Amino acid sequence: MTTMDGKSLQDVENEVIDEFSIFDDWLDKYEYLIELGKSLKEYPEDRKTDDRLVKGCQSRVWIDFSIENGRIFFNADSDAIITKGIISLLVRIYSGRTPEEILSSDFSVVERIGLKENLSPTRANGLVSMIQMIRAIAAANLQ
Amino acid sequence: MRPEDLRKEFPALSRKVYGKDLVYFDNAATVQRPQCVLELWDYLSRNSNANIHRAVHKMADEATEAYEQARLYVKDFINAGYREEIIFTSGATASVNLVAYSFGERFVNAGDEIIVTECEHHSDIIPWQLLCERKHAVLKVLPTDDTGHLKLGMLDSLITDRTKLLAVTHISNVLGLMNPVTRIVEKCHSRGVKVLIDGAQGIVHSGVDVREIDCDFYVFSGHKVYAVPGTGVLYGKKELLEQMPPFMGGGEMVGTVKFSGTTYAPLPLKFEAGTQNFTGTATLKPALELAAEISRDSELRGFHDGIRDYLYSELMKVPGLRLFGTTDDMDEKIPLFSFCIDGVHHEDLALILDKTGIAVRSGQMCAEPLMDRFGVSGMLRISLAPYNTMQEAEYFMKSLYRAIKMLK
Repeated sequence: MTTMDGKSLQDVENEVIDEFSIFDDWLDKYEYLIELGKSLKEYPEDRKTDDRLVKGCQSRVWIDFSIENGRIFFNADSDAIITKGIISLLVRIYSGRTPEEILSSDFSVVERIGLKENLSPTRANGLVSMIQMIRAIAAANLQ
Repeated sequence: MRPEDLRKEFPALSRKVYGKDLVYFDNAATVQRPQCVLELWDYLSRNSNANIHRAVHKMADEATEAYEQARLYVKDFINAGYREEIIFTSGATASVNLVAYSFGERFVNAGDEIIVTECEHHSDIIPWQLLCERKHAVLKVLPTDDTGHLKLGMLDSLITDRTKLLAVTHISNVLGLMNPVTRIVEKCHSRGVKVLIDGAQGIVHSGVDVREIDCDFYVFSGHKVYAVPGTGVLYGKKELLEQMPPFMGGGEMVGTVKFSGTTYAPLPLKFEAGTQNFTGTATLKPALELAAEISRDSELRGFHDGIRDYLYSELMKVPGLRLFGTTDDMDEKIPLFSFCIDGVHHEDLALILDKTGIAVRSGQMCAEPLMDRFGVSGMLRISLAPYNTMQEAEYFMKSLYRAIKMLK
């Protein structure tokens, strides 16, 4: 299945992997994540509630969603900018997909761009928690 | 000796991370292990691995000897009066828990009070909270001022005739300031209050003399002072330890065991139930020998103080940087700096510094009440050991500016 712009979930995953492959140095990857973090859509303050808070991160991360025509649209925020960059990647890949599509993804994209092994364990745990929350939202909204 | 010479004793310091030289600035969390400790650990594991105290065979003798030698060395290192006053534990946390349980059982009743300070590590808060819940006692808190110093003027009014014990850190793991423990003990004792000192950082950075301080209990972990992890010490005054009931029951700590009743071994074994970390604990001796050698070396101390002063003044120049634990008297400050930078998250800084090869700590540092007191969600902390060099400090400052530039 594709989104409105005609790209499949896999297309977007491959795009992200391509983008990251041009950086050799981790500091350059961080620069890029910081830019992505800054470009994330504004997240309303009143939606920074405990039920939207992702547990298990050193920084605070909130994930919110809405459903339109059977597709889940995510919005997210974090008080740390690199985390915000990471969550913006997840939003870009998984937003606008159906619950089935999300649940069919193995989320290996985060490993393939080297995020998992290059983040501190606390951060990697946070990443796992973010993915779990996205999957849980998808599972709760299966038709 | 120069820091560059001392480094050679620590194999891990020559490694690289992400292709860059490791700069290890997280020494307050755990310090790297010297060759002398690794060698003894390895030697005992290969040659003298036998359970201590009980068996009569040769290997058990050697293992027991190494373990008890460590006890004697610890006793001399902190100038305790008797070997019976040195209890081996798995670390400072275990030591505090032992006292909170055992002292609490013997001396604390409903309505009594325990005082902790606002700058304590969680390990010196939660065991007391548990005690207070168990005994329906009251936990009181001695606050700090905006510079991170304890408000000692409030101590008099905080102590009442129900106060049984005060627990205070020798040096805060967040603020890096040496608390005036001798004065605190004097004040507490004049009101009949016992004092436990959390020496997890203090044992590393000051010559600890428990008889001069006159504290009732002093606790520390081995792994912060060059020994292996899972080792620790509880110093307690003999007359108190003798009155306190065992914390855990099991092997080693018994006199005779009958179903009609059990008697306990004399100190220190009364508090060392079960098979101890005997190989690890033995490494306290070479570890503390090295610590003693380092503290005697005035040249090394000169370098170490110079690096501390450099970092203190350079950090103060960073725009938007808020340092916690400030002082005009550098004698009370160790080379440990916790700070926040306006508009920059501590975790982002730590991640970027990591990629430049620098290991720092970020977050709440196991001191959430102190984070709340300063109104922050976390801090970035650098903590240096005598093997850290000026070159590393300068590289850190350069990397910090670079990270801030990336993030702002």
